[in-house]
Amino acid sequence: MTTDHSSRPLTVIQPAQSWMSIDWREIWAYRDLLLLLVRRDFVARYKQSVLGPLWFVLQPLIMTVVFTLIFGRIAQIPSDGVPHILFYLCGLLGWNFFAQTLNGTSTTFTANASIFQKIYFPRLVVPFAVGVSSIFTFIIQLGLFLLVYAGFKFFSDAGASFGMTWRVVFVPLLLVHSALLALGVGLWMSALTAKYRDLSHLNQFIIQIWLYLTIIIPVSSVPAKYLWFVLLNPMTPIIETYKMAFLGKGTFEPAFYLCSVALTLAVFFSGMLVFQRTGRTFADTV
Amino acid sequence: MSSPIIEIDRLSKLYRLGTVGAGSLRESFGHWWNTRVRGRSAEDWSGRSKLKIPAGRAGPRPNTMWALRETSLTIDEGETLGIIGRNGAGKSTLLKLLSRITEPTTGRAVIHGRVSSLLEVGTGFHPELTGRENIFLNGTILGMRRREISEKLDAIIDFSEVGAFVDTPVKRYSSGMTVRLAFAVAAHLEPDVMIVDEVLAVGDAAYQKKCIDKMRDVASQGRTVLFVSHQLSTLANLCRRSIWLHDGQLQADGPSREVINQYLNTGSEHTFRRVWGSPAEAPGDATARLHSVTVFCDGLPTDNIEIDREVVVEIQYWCLKDGARINPAFILVDKIGTPVFSSPNLPSARLGKDEWGYRPHPEGLYRARITIPGNFLSDGLYRGHIALQTDASQLNAWEENAVTLMVHDTGAMRGEYHNHWMGLIRTKFAWHTDKVE
Repeated sequence: MTTDHSSRPLTVIQPAQSWMSIDWREIWAYRDLLLLLVRRDFVARYKQSVLGPLWFVLQPLIMTVVFTLIFGRIAQIPSDGVPHILFYLCGLLGWNFFAQTLNGTSTTFTANASIFQKIYFPRLVVPFAVGVSSIFTFIIQLGLFLLVYAGFKFFSDAGASFGMTWRVVFVPLLLVHSALLALGVGLWMSALTAKYRDLSHLNQFIIQIWLYLTIIIPVSSVPAKYLWFVLLNPMTPIIETYKMAFLGKGTFEPAFYLCSVALTLAVFFSGMLVFQRTGRTFADTV
Repeated sequence: MSSPIIEIDRLSKLYRLGTVGAGSLRESFGHWWNTRVRGRSAEDWSGRSKLKIPAGRAGPRPNTMWALRETSLTIDEGETLGIIGRNGAGKSTLLKLLSRITEPTTGRAVIHGRVSSLLEVGTGFHPELTGRENIFLNGTILGMRRREISEKLDAIIDFSEVGAFVDTPVKRYSSGMTVRLAFAVAAHLEPDVMIVDEVLAVGDAAYQKKCIDKMRDVASQGRTVLFVSHQLSTLANLCRRSIWLHDGQLQADGPSREVINQYLNTGSEHTFRRVWGSPAEAPGDATARLHSVTVFCDGLPTDNIEIDREVVVEIQYWCLKDGARINPAFILVDKIGTPVFSSPNLPSARLGKDEWGYRPHPEGLYRARITIPGNFLSDGLYRGHIALQTDASQLNAWEENAVTLMVHDTGAMRGEYHNHWMGLIRTKFAWHTDKVE
């Protein structure tokens, strides 16, 4: 029997030759796994709770009500002239996609330790799957937002003060942008928590603080001397642009937006490299 | 058909042990504080860890250990290779490196073909998903495409024997069903190289047999199988070639039976020989005392016995009183102390003739031998007690646990059956079957 090795995959096992090596073709070969992980995420979450998929809708609704009461009514924080409910719901729509991706990604190593110790597959498939599954949640929450939007637009007096603009065509781009940022930060967090388990508490804390810094106060109401600080947050331009698109209110500063893009790309690529590096020997540290 | 499918070239893996570089931020900070700020050396820090690294395996830095060192190996296509060695000898490390779960420190390995590694079955199973959903998830984790799984779905469900439960969430399965389903997925991979670690230790007896048959199948289809197991009998049965890893290094490589024997005959901590140099320190009394007890197999002193070999236990004893009618006795117990048999050297209790047993002994040193036939004991650990008696009634010496016998199942009696074999003894009996109706 003669053997033809040429048609077979060749696996070379050796210490990493370079930091930069990410085998995209291999990740593509595992696309079925990615889709099944997305499915698993959904089914698992849906089956484990009494209310099931209703949570995707309830969570932003409850938060919106709480924010409206505390920040809108009690603290009297302005909302660009848009009804508070709509203002916060729109912010949360953009934020939840980001936060869900970030949350899911940041525990990649700790949550999958038992799998990673037993089997090889390109580790990046897992965080990518988190990103894809967040898109589905986004679509559901977008539906909710549009319902509430329609309610305010057509059945309230404030309906004339805001409105969707042609900029909604940029929403997919906003999704990509915030996904890359979430993945980048999440990959960093996951790599660091793989090494230092106690950081996982800090991660949750960071995400909470970040939420308040991003969606409570409209940029237009920030005093000028703090503006630079607010705009350094790469999520702020993204959320402001969401509001521009869906409500026609918000602040769009091209310079700050470009800053956010640059920061996002830097975090994303460095995050991938750190993640890859951790992934290669993660099984040794558990 | 002998072209190498796996080429391993001086593969090494260094592990870091202990507190340094792992664990919590606080520890890392403490390390940094001690070494940099307070100016203590790293050795001070490592000195506080209580981990002991076996001699000869210590790595170049403190608290490092070679899990695998400079191992080179070529495996041909279609070979079934067994890997044996004690716990911590580097078997799992080798498998992990070849399955790409972790990365080598130095060296290189090249695999020509698709690899599937089963270091565990059911990796990634999710309890909330149904059996069918888990087949797809687990299959893709193992590297199959969805289309491939769809094609084999019926065969997988069939093989798993879960039947109608396939659409029930896996959390409602018994553990046996889960394992069966998991192995069914693994069994339907079509890799060029299959890496298996002890997965056969799961499931009920009938299912284990099915698994072994499946592996034999895979091997006979010309695929390459790497197999780690502590069940040497299974290994001897399945693999023609084996390697023995010891302390992270390749100790032996060759036909399985030879390698297994080599492995068994080395470094055992049991006693196959007890010697008392002078009567003064030996067990016994003024009439008779023990001098030595030795276990022989194939003419060599050893306590590693292959199941189909004769065992000879030699008892040397002193007669200190002229004319005492002495006879030794050998009592065999299993590892928890259940007596298997006792055999005194008395004319009515022994097979054949013996000059001295139960005859008046002139003063002197005597050597008595008892032969235990091959294919008689079961596998596992046995202990031998020794007694010396006078007039078949008075006990002169009694030595408990004088020697150990470690009987190994090399597969001599296991042509067909591969599971737990009940019984303290395992002998061949005559069977005769008639067709009655």
